Amino acid sequence: MGLLTFKGGIHPYDGKELSKNKPIQPLKPQKELAFLVSQHIGAPAKPIVSKGDRVLIGQKIAEAGGFVSAPVYASVSGTVKGIEPRLTATGGTCDAILVENDGLYESVAFEPTEHPEQLSKEEIRKKIQEAGVVGMGGAGFPTHVKLTPKEPEKIDHILVNGAECEPYLTSDYRRMLEEPEKVIGGLKVMLQLFDNAKGCICIEDNKPDCIEKISKMVENEPRIEVKAMKTKYPQGAERMLIYAVTGRSINSSMLPADAGCVVDNIDTVVAIYKAVVLGQPLMHRIVTVTGDAIADPANFYVPVGTDFQELVEAAGGFKDHVEKVISGGPMMGFAMFDMHVPVTKTTSALLCLTKDEVCHSETTACINCGRCVSECPEHLLPTKLATFAAHKDQEKFQKYNGMECCECGCCSYVCPAKRPLAQDIKSMRKIVLANRKKK
Amino acid sequence: MSELLHVSSSPHIRSKIKTDNLMKMVVIALLPATLFGIYNFGWRALLLICISVATCVATEGIYETLMHKKLTIGDFSAVVTGLLLALNLPSTAPWWIPVIGGVFAILVVKQLFGGLGQNIMNPALAARCFLLLSFTGQMTNFAPTSGLGKIVDTASGATPLAALKAGEQVDVLSMFLGNTTGTIGETSALALLIGAAFLLAMKVIDFRIPLTYIGSFLVFIILFGGHGLDANYILGQLFGGGLMLGAWFMATDYVTTPITKSGQLVYGVILGILTGLFRLFGASAEGVSYAIIFSNLLIPVIERVTVPVAFGKGGKKE
Repeated sequence: MGLLTFKGGIHPYDGKELSKNKPIQPLKPQKELAFLVSQHIGAPAKPIVSKGDRVLIGQKIAEAGGFVSAPVYASVSGTVKGIEPRLTATGGTCDAILVENDGLYESVAFEPTEHPEQLSKEEIRKKIQEAGVVGMGGAGFPTHVKLTPKEPEKIDHILVNGAECEPYLTSDYRRMLEEPEKVIGGLKVMLQLFDNAKGCICIEDNKPDCIEKISKMVENEPRIEVKAMKTKYPQGAERMLIYAVTGRSINSSMLPADAGCVVDNIDTVVAIYKAVVLGQPLMHRIVTVTGDAIADPANFYVPVGTDFQELVEAAGGFKDHVEKVISGGPMMGFAMFDMHVPVTKTTSALLCLTKDEVCHSETTACINCGRCVSECPEHLLPTKLATFAAHKDQEKFQKYNGMECCECGCCSYVCPAKRPLAQDIKSMRKIVLANRKKK
Repeated sequence: MSELLHVSSSPHIRSKIKTDNLMKMVVIALLPATLFGIYNFGWRALLLICISVATCVATEGIYETLMHKKLTIGDFSAVVTGLLLALNLPSTAPWWIPVIGGVFAILVVKQLFGGLGQNIMNPALAARCFLLLSFTGQMTNFAPTSGLGKIVDTASGATPLAALKAGEQVDVLSMFLGNTTGTIGETSALALLIGAAFLLAMKVIDFRIPLTYIGSFLVFIILFGGHGLDANYILGQLFGGGLMLGAWFMATDYVTTPITKSGQLVYGVILGILTGLFRLFGASAEGVSYAIIFSNLLIPVIERVTVPVAFGKGGKKE
């Protein structure tokens, strides 16, 4: 069988060897934890604790602010110190519930479900919603919303996104290698929701050990398959993944459900498993701390709310002068100017680099080489879009499908003239979206 | 942490390929043809090449300095232009021909239109056509030279292509190897193909334009050449004149090719048809240069009609 893939894409240095052989270690934060009320797309959660309250692990500290929202749970036991704005990884600020960790790790009692297969669809969705599960690949879309499409009978594929195409990231890899049963368990729960669907665990072929291990485990599962994907960035982008597996393509105004698909990241599926089978809310995630500036790269099992500075310290600190710190991977992650940012449900990695390639490359004139066009997974003309963006020509920008850009960054990566194509296009998209809202 | 961290929008990594790397690879790819030209036509060829490259680089440097622009001679694009121009000159050309050509290419065709990436025609070819029109005698004097190599001379200094047009048989093997007369860089199909193979292997160019160009040209020649499937005639047309140099090195010039993939196919076909038209029905035996600069002017139109459909059917279902 040929490997599944899409047209376009790039093969950057993947840096995964730094951390891929480091087993997941639990990290116990020492200091204060900050739980952002907005760790997801949608309405911010509303705090339900106040200063001086004692909270336990697994205690709800903020409730959902609407249907498209998610509650937040404490991941340590301790005392609420207040609610203050805190810096987020994207450079903005957001209210956060601050909890002083008392180091006791006292937990509320969780109620496991003995026979999850007997739960009704409604009960499953309710449990997922209550547990505060959101898309943990980066977007943070509330999972219960995703699992409540208009026409559930039309969903025929549940895709578990284990591509992990971002360079340097190894958290999904370690999860699949160390806890594959939870991934499969979570997928089984999801399959209960969609009677006509089959589950596909999609893994890039640079992780042959995961493919082999999980394939063996699902041998006797008629509704679950492992799909080997070609290693290529952005193979894990939702639209590319759907196309690679099903051959269906969706555009920016469509949802995966329009192609009969539900796509969820590995960690999200594990969170679903924990929510439904173990009765535990989403409180932890796996974060890869890596990069050439980190002394001892590692994969940590981190309580949500932990300060990034503690992650660096746990990974042996900086061994070298650090120039750039990125929350997430190098292709789509966010550069940060301050280390005191809390881990959220969507933090997949902390990447610390000794050299910022962007500032060391000088932008020169476009030579029309067409590399951005060849690599664009959305089949756009990035160089033209960037020019329209520079001219603030919204009409042309939209006519040339600028709004279809998935912001993967391939164009900026390949450009021999080192033009900030993706950046220009992203800014223009924001302007167009803002103007659309005005109308 | 005392020092400030760098912040920028993603992506945070860049590929190692830069404009000057690409240009240097084109220079390397032209070396076999250049060296063969010097071997074939003698030291005079080397002199013209040096003058041409030096003129182009100097013109760019002087213009940018005078205009207070950023100096870009380090990107090697002027070197490529100078080299291509020299390879398109006959070895007998007087020394001032590459000087005029080089200044025209860089100053008029490239810099006055806005510098690298903005020129609407290939500078080297536009300069060649300018020289052909202005100094026809000097530009078409393909005397059999007493170079380092042995030239299989057919009494006059006629190029194989001209002989072909006159209805003579040509020696296809020596045309392939390059022991014929013509411009400095165009005679050896073998040397040019070696360079082209290098560019293809390094992914600097792809097959799209050269193959559609050569393919459609051959179809045109077979249909309208009046020689049917005569192998000698077809191969003579294929290896003769500037087709190999043009198709692999000048029709693939990034700046003057359509950026869309389907546009590149259209461009290749137009080139093939125009070259065939000029060669068969024009006054001169040659037609590659004119075909390319004419097609260069069609690029904005070609790009406009070949905008690719975006993934997921182009923003439908708004």
